[in-house]
Amino acid sequence: MTDLTSNLSYESHSIAHSGSQLGALEKAALAFVALGLLLLASALFGVSSQMPEATRALWLGAAWTSLIGGGLTFGLHKHLSGKPGVRNTRKTTDSLTARGAWGWSLAIVLTSFYVVLYWFPGLLEGLIRLHDPLSQILRGKAADQWFVYGTFYTAAILVMGAKAIAKYRHSRYQILRTGVIMFTQLGFAYLLPALFAKLNQPEVYLSYLWPLAYDKLFPGTLDQFLKAGNIGFFIVGWFVVGTLIATPVLTYYFGKRWYCSWVCGCGGLANTAGDSFRQNSDKSLKAWKIERWMIHGVLVWIVVLTTLLWFESVMPEALKGPMYLLRQWYGFLIGAAFAGVVGVGFYPLMGTRVWCRFGCPMAAILGLLQRFNSRFRITTNGAQCISCGNCSKYCEMGIDVRSYAQRGQNIIRASCVGCGMCATVCPRGVLSLENGPQPRRYNAEHGLSMLGEKKSV
Amino acid sequence: MILDSDLHMTQRNIVIIGNGVTGVTAARHIRKRAASDRITIISGETDHHFSRTALMYIFMGDLTYEDTKPYPDEFWTKNRIDLKRGWVEQINTGTRCVNFRGGHSVNYDELILATGSKPNRFGWPGQDLEGVQGLYSIQDLESMEKNALTTRRAVIVGGGLIGVEVAEMLLTRNIAVTFLVREKLFWNSVLPSGDANLVGREVLRHGVDLRMESELHEILSDAKGRARAVVTKSGEEIACEMVFLTAGVSPNVALAKNAGIASNRGILVDRFFRTSDPHVWAGGDCAQHREVPRGRRPVEQVWYTGKIHGEHIAANLCGEEQPYKPGVWFNSAKFFDIEYQTYGVVLPQPESTQEDFFWEQSAGRISLRVRFDEAGGAVTGVNVFGLRHRHAVWEHWISAKTPVEEVMADLGAANFDPEFYRQYEPEILAAFNAQFPHRATQLRTKKGLFSKFMENLFAHRGTPLCAKPEIL
Repeated sequence: MTDLTSNLSYESHSIAHSGSQLGALEKAALAFVALGLLLLASALFGVSSQMPEATRALWLGAAWTSLIGGGLTFGLHKHLSGKPGVRNTRKTTDSLTARGAWGWSLAIVLTSFYVVLYWFPGLLEGLIRLHDPLSQILRGKAADQWFVYGTFYTAAILVMGAKAIAKYRHSRYQILRTGVIMFTQLGFAYLLPALFAKLNQPEVYLSYLWPLAYDKLFPGTLDQFLKAGNIGFFIVGWFVVGTLIATPVLTYYFGKRWYCSWVCGCGGLANTAGDSFRQNSDKSLKAWKIERWMIHGVLVWIVVLTTLLWFESVMPEALKGPMYLLRQWYGFLIGAAFAGVVGVGFYPLMGTRVWCRFGCPMAAILGLLQRFNSRFRITTNGAQCISCGNCSKYCEMGIDVRSYAQRGQNIIRASCVGCGMCATVCPRGVLSLENGPQPRRYNAEHGLSMLGEKKSV
Repeated sequence: MILDSDLHMTQRNIVIIGNGVTGVTAARHIRKRAASDRITIISGETDHHFSRTALMYIFMGDLTYEDTKPYPDEFWTKNRIDLKRGWVEQINTGTRCVNFRGGHSVNYDELILATGSKPNRFGWPGQDLEGVQGLYSIQDLESMEKNALTTRRAVIVGGGLIGVEVAEMLLTRNIAVTFLVREKLFWNSVLPSGDANLVGREVLRHGVDLRMESELHEILSDAKGRARAVVTKSGEEIACEMVFLTAGVSPNVALAKNAGIASNRGILVDRFFRTSDPHVWAGGDCAQHREVPRGRRPVEQVWYTGKIHGEHIAANLCGEEQPYKPGVWFNSAKFFDIEYQTYGVVLPQPESTQEDFFWEQSAGRISLRVRFDEAGGAVTGVNVFGLRHRHAVWEHWISAKTPVEEVMADLGAANFDPEFYRQYEPEILAAFNAQFPHRATQLRTKKGLFSKFMENLFAHRGTPLCAKPEIL
């Protein structure tokens, strides 16, 4: 066994010079990030509703200016100081991106934050009160834990989105896609719901459709919306049309990506804040098997639950107890533990799309549509693949893209979210995301010189 | 159709030396045809097949060694392909036996030599010093990894694909690079001058100290037998801690030669990849064609040809009589941030019966070159830099001898760039019409899969492949 073929020893001797030295600007930027975090953290203990609004506004403004300014400076400088192009240098050796001590620490911090957010929001009281001034401006009422979370989430997508655009500025597909993600998050998942709240309407996130937002088609939720009058009618119409018409039609023409990589906030966070961790998704066949059972299991659960809720009024009493339990456990296990805690907390360990890949019922529906009734495919360019493995490595969904590309086969997989990174990192121009006539989607249209690549083995 | 069971009543013992792309492709395709044959792949380099073209990404930290394995480790047991680690010392064609360093041996009924090649060393003084190496194997990468720790400047000798890769690798570790290239323009033995200039500019843009028309004279040693400087033919001394020899590779023929198998530069093979011994086959980097197909070279040292050789060996070894017909030539590379693809034949200078069309984007980082026959206008080859073009489309155009006017009119059909990328076809066409007014034409096919052109191309391809996605 040579040194290099055993991973451990390889990493140990390359780690010695993996840390690029930080410049003065980067150090200053990181100091501002740290200051911002410190100001936010100290609010946990030092802020209450007794504190004057003006003081809180100042504190809040200083914290976020410092955090956003530092984050932007660091991220933009890091990428803009180099030349445009694919730069994944040291991804496999840096402690943060290669599941080292920094990666694990970040995972623990993120996971803990989500545990507190979902189940011990009382601990965040100071932080929530700190955000009252902002919430008053945007929503016309005091902040709650979800407003604070939304602020963090949106800031993360905007700051890290700017960094992602800088990193992938050689690719128009990535620039445009990231821009749309940032716009959607800020508009549809932050400012618009706040505006609804200010107008005393339901604070609704129009970019999250059923079954990802699992209660959106529950009879109770729709009732609530309808009571809100004209805006309520619009909202109900939006969700019904979104789920029943837009989803199948757009997926037919563009594949699942129209939602997962261009609209959805979960995908948005994954592709911006999580971009440095996309390579940590598991590519094994075993992971694919688990994925298919889990994601379709969740889909069945939410479909059954939603259907039952619609029959609640004619349901015998004996069934209601178990049904409420089913609903409660879905909210706890899937809605909170999976989508939130694991979904983001495990970014540095399992890659950025843990939730999208293993749990999201919306992704499951889109995936089935993409697999069986869509014009989308990733085309493999003839016999040009050199089997290097960059496509598989940087696939956040854990698809072994290379196994198709090296056979000259097109890639049609339910899980593919169409982020386009396989095509971006391919050094030989082998992959391209395309929408075309459906009948020959699998057609590899490849070189005459390739003999008999069609059978297995 | 001949059934496997009819052809080989008894199982054969097939031994393959070399687990690179040729040996592994041969093994896979033999297994498809022959369920009962015993297949053994021998390698001294690694336990498992990995993608040699990805070596640079391991060093830079884009990929781990594990990531470069095209097949998961279970693949080999699942397909009953035995893997054997060890260096072969000798082949005995009389007893059909392969002897390992250290005394062990295995017998074979059919032997495939896929031993690859090694970096050229042209007898430079000091070429065997510590710190002097090529980049071909995992072992080369290991020594590079070790030496990089104490290197501030490295000198690369020989301008080709590997040299550029080595330069890119070293720069990611903040090691300064001096690049000695014998030719006047970069890789000018293969690329026409416009293309060579474009690549040269890209190398310079990344901060490489590129010295054209500069040759290695000798490598100087320090007291411990390590390289400390190179001296060029013009007498300049350049201090450095590492020297990379990247002036091409030559086939590994020693094993075959010692076994009495006819060899020249490479191991000589006929159109069916048989060597001079009836039970020994050879392919990939180490093989040399006795009959060279038109427009090809006798020794082909490219990933893609290795794959095609492997497929042919498998077919022939299983009795299918498939003479080497490699089809339209293609290749690709990446020079720092500029991708390169080529289809058909584009020699540095056009032949006397050929016309040459060259378009370059104003910033000088994207270009397209088309060669075609002066008389009928049939296209014969294309080079693209900074553009992605469709393999199937160019293969069709070249093999069908399509006139250049039609190719230009349908140029969008070849566009394989990602969505939303700027489309240069109108610009390219305007340049073409200005250069060849008597062949002037108009763009009729834009990028995408919906065109009439694509319809027809697919119609040529026969039934679509509707297989379920395969994992193994």
